[in-house]
Amino acid sequence: MSSLLSIRDLAVAFRTETGPFEALHGLSLDVMRGRTLALVGESGSGKSVTAQAIMGILPVAASITRGKILFRDTSERTDIARLDTEGSAMRAIRGQRIAMIFQEPMTCLSPLHTIGDQIGEALRIHTGADRREADARTQEALARVGFPDPKRALKTYPFELSGGLRQRAMIAMALILKPALLVADEPTTALDVTTQAQILALLARLQDETGMAILLITHDLGVVANIAHDVAVLYRGRLVEAGPRDTVMRAPGHAYLKALLHAVPRFDMAPGERLTPIRPARAEIPPVQPREKPAGPLLRVENVSKRYTLRSGRLWQKPKIVQAVSEVSLSLAAGETLGLVGESGSGKTTVSKMIMRALEPDSGRILFDDGTGPRDVHRLTGDALFAYRRTVQFVFQDPYASLDPRMTVRQILSEPMEIHGIPAAERRARCRELMAMVGLEASGLGRYPHAFSGGQRQRIGIARALAPRPRLLVLDEPVSALDVSVQAQILNLLKDLQAALGLSYLIVSHNLAVIDYMADTISVMCRGRIVEEAPRAALFRRPVHPYAQALLAAVPDPSLDHPLDFAAITGDQNDPSRWAAPYRLAADEAGIMRAIEPGHRVRFSTVQDAEAA
Amino acid sequence: MIVAILRRVVTMALTLLVISALVFFIIKLPPGDYLTNRIMELRATGEAGSVAKAELLIRQYGLDRPVWQQYLMWIGLMPGPVGFSGLLQGDWGWSFEYDKPVADVVGDALWLTLLINLTAVVFVHVVAIPAAIYSATHRHTFGDAVVTLLGYVGLAVPGFLLALILLFYANRWFDLSIGGLYDSALTNQPWEWPKIRSLLAHLVVPTLVIGLGGTAAMIRRMRANLLDELAKPYTVTARAKGLPPMRALLKYPFRMSLNPFVADIGNLLPHLVSGSVLVSLVLSLPTVGPLLLDALRSQDQFMAGFILMFVAGLTLVGMLISDLILVWLDPRIRMGAR
Repeated sequence: MSSLLSIRDLAVAFRTETGPFEALHGLSLDVMRGRTLALVGESGSGKSVTAQAIMGILPVAASITRGKILFRDTSERTDIARLDTEGSAMRAIRGQRIAMIFQEPMTCLSPLHTIGDQIGEALRIHTGADRREADARTQEALARVGFPDPKRALKTYPFELSGGLRQRAMIAMALILKPALLVADEPTTALDVTTQAQILALLARLQDETGMAILLITHDLGVVANIAHDVAVLYRGRLVEAGPRDTVMRAPGHAYLKALLHAVPRFDMAPGERLTPIRPARAEIPPVQPREKPAGPLLRVENVSKRYTLRSGRLWQKPKIVQAVSEVSLSLAAGETLGLVGESGSGKTTVSKMIMRALEPDSGRILFDDGTGPRDVHRLTGDALFAYRRTVQFVFQDPYASLDPRMTVRQILSEPMEIHGIPAAERRARCRELMAMVGLEASGLGRYPHAFSGGQRQRIGIARALAPRPRLLVLDEPVSALDVSVQAQILNLLKDLQAALGLSYLIVSHNLAVIDYMADTISVMCRGRIVEEAPRAALFRRPVHPYAQALLAAVPDPSLDHPLDFAAITGDQNDPSRWAAPYRLAADEAGIMRAIEPGHRVRFSTVQDAEAA
Repeated sequence: MIVAILRRVVTMALTLLVISALVFFIIKLPPGDYLTNRIMELRATGEAGSVAKAELLIRQYGLDRPVWQQYLMWIGLMPGPVGFSGLLQGDWGWSFEYDKPVADVVGDALWLTLLINLTAVVFVHVVAIPAAIYSATHRHTFGDAVVTLLGYVGLAVPGFLLALILLFYANRWFDLSIGGLYDSALTNQPWEWPKIRSLLAHLVVPTLVIGLGGTAAMIRRMRANLLDELAKPYTVTARAKGLPPMRALLKYPFRMSLNPFVADIGNLLPHLVSGSVLVSLVLSLPTVGPLLLDALRSQDQFMAGFILMFVAGLTLVGMLISDLILVWLDPRIRMGAR
């Protein structure tokens, strides 16, 4: 086992207006031939800068100030740090001997060029292959990364593909020249959990086939536990821990890695165990008067369905109809949390929008009970609707896009209260109270969102949602845009707020560990239908439905004792016609929800009943 | 796709109809018209023969009828005193001021206008695109600052002023003759080599003057667009593939940054006609800009109406062209249109 890439005492500095800022302070590490090195750390730790330095694609403001990047590809040794980044020597390495894949398969491919063109391009520039040869080799590469119809795929555009296929196309592009080293920068962070498992399996298989080394940059310790051979932990531009995976993960020496391991939700947490945030936030939540509790559930969703009609440009063609949500029923008690899980496209966001009354259901009804008896949300008008808007608030996924950059935090927090007619003096006091509730200084009220970090922004978003004193918060992927180091902070804050204010939460997420940590009851959605619903403990310990089982099996666990079974991940878990016998649904079949124990209901097919009778 | 184009053509025809109505009624809004004003003038001077001729013209063009009838006759949907003879039949009307058919007055000027302005447009693109690419890729360097400064100077100096300065020095240093589009001695000569050469020499100054403001604006916009695109992840992907920088730039971010400019073609075409009036006046270029100005001032209604309709037609054609190019350039639009 020899080292393919050796980084020695590497320092990278950014030129800023306040003088140079050093992002890496003398990093040394080795990537071994044929092995995967996981580079772990939070955002700002320098892991992406390391990758960019290796590829010679550092931002213009950054430069290598000292150190070596030795690349021993063949017999000779090249110091990448000394090469001209745009020179021909560097370009011959970049894309040919060292290739890279990125986090966002959506934006990393040009929407104007076919993927066949973009993949074959690497081949054409490095080997001078003509278009025919490039097409043939591209087709091979696409087949190898698992494209169902590689020939057709040559002519497709990235926006016609799902996220998983786009990432496969990126991998095909990176691997078409059989590089010695693949740099993968958060390759699965933007993907659904089942897609993530498939991509990880694919990377592992391709590594076996080609013997390439992988430098995997990630913050997800579950991913590390499943495909890394070696681990290096970065913290603030310094290497704090490195070694073989088993040694590092089983006996973490450095406090930071220990803290990181306790800051992410895991499935084997003891009941009532709290996450330990790396940087705790101090929130002061004032006691409130308990509000009148409804006799039944606070929110009841009864058999709602929603169809979307896709416009088709042709004159005489029938418009395409997509059944986004069919016959979904949910129930949420006051003070509790309901988790809605599913992959992208499962309809979970549509359900949450209908609850917010941002969308009208085609059929079914949504009942909300604020203590005065259940009322149909979609029949509310005038004052009653205005009051409902106040009681139900939304927390968005992206704390960067959901706060207006031109408003101060005070304006952001005051606006919902202005709308609901709260007098100015009370608004001012409430703003200070809200800041304390989410653990921020009141002095931040006069500042603009850009002055805050991602986690702090999300807390501002939560404070805004709390401003009109709601009873129900709809949380749409509340932590998936945040760094691991602050996820625990936000989740704990949400739990504390719920306990103190008696709030109810509807939490929508594709991250099962987050749902597991937060929810009391969980509903699993697939293709617009609920396939399994159960109390938290029952669902994640004993999932019954094949889809729920597949979802759960695809979650990479940070503990080394539950490795992913890559062989079992097929990618057809969301196809109802391929589920195992009593659950298998024919094309138009709805199936039926049956209780298998109190509170635990699963969707079965009705066909077998007929056959049995 | 063909259905979509047909649909567009039908909408274009309807739009033109609406525009023609607006144009005609706005021209007719001020009291009186060219002929009645003229008759009053002639009466004052007592020229009976001319008065009779003017009154004949009034009857011939139906100017004594209600405005809506005049309109329908003008566009050719209603028979006038000499039968159907309007825009639809290809009869562009009579210019009272020049006492000639509009077609004869406008004829040459129309093509020369298009020529001058097309040259200017080509000049704008040829200069602005490389300058913008240089400026975006060398952001915050001395070269970028120079390009930006020159751009601002180009934006800030009024065209007619620049025209005067250039005319003076072009004549003094390079012995280029002043004004017009060709040597006045060649006016009635056929279009042969000496006249064409004279035309080319005369085109230099107008092209510079008309193009410079546009060049500056385009450099600024293109630079900003490119800078946005250069920060996008797919640009990094292209570099990570090992593409040489200029090839990567032209294939990905540059192509992406073209969309807004293609969408602008529709606005560019009418600008070809109306954009250079002031400069044409100063340089005494025989373009339609000054003709339109005169026609509007003297209420020469058919002349003004025709030029305005021509500009409107150009706009619509330009919009169609830019939409078609967008469909061809951008698969996202193509797939959406299918």
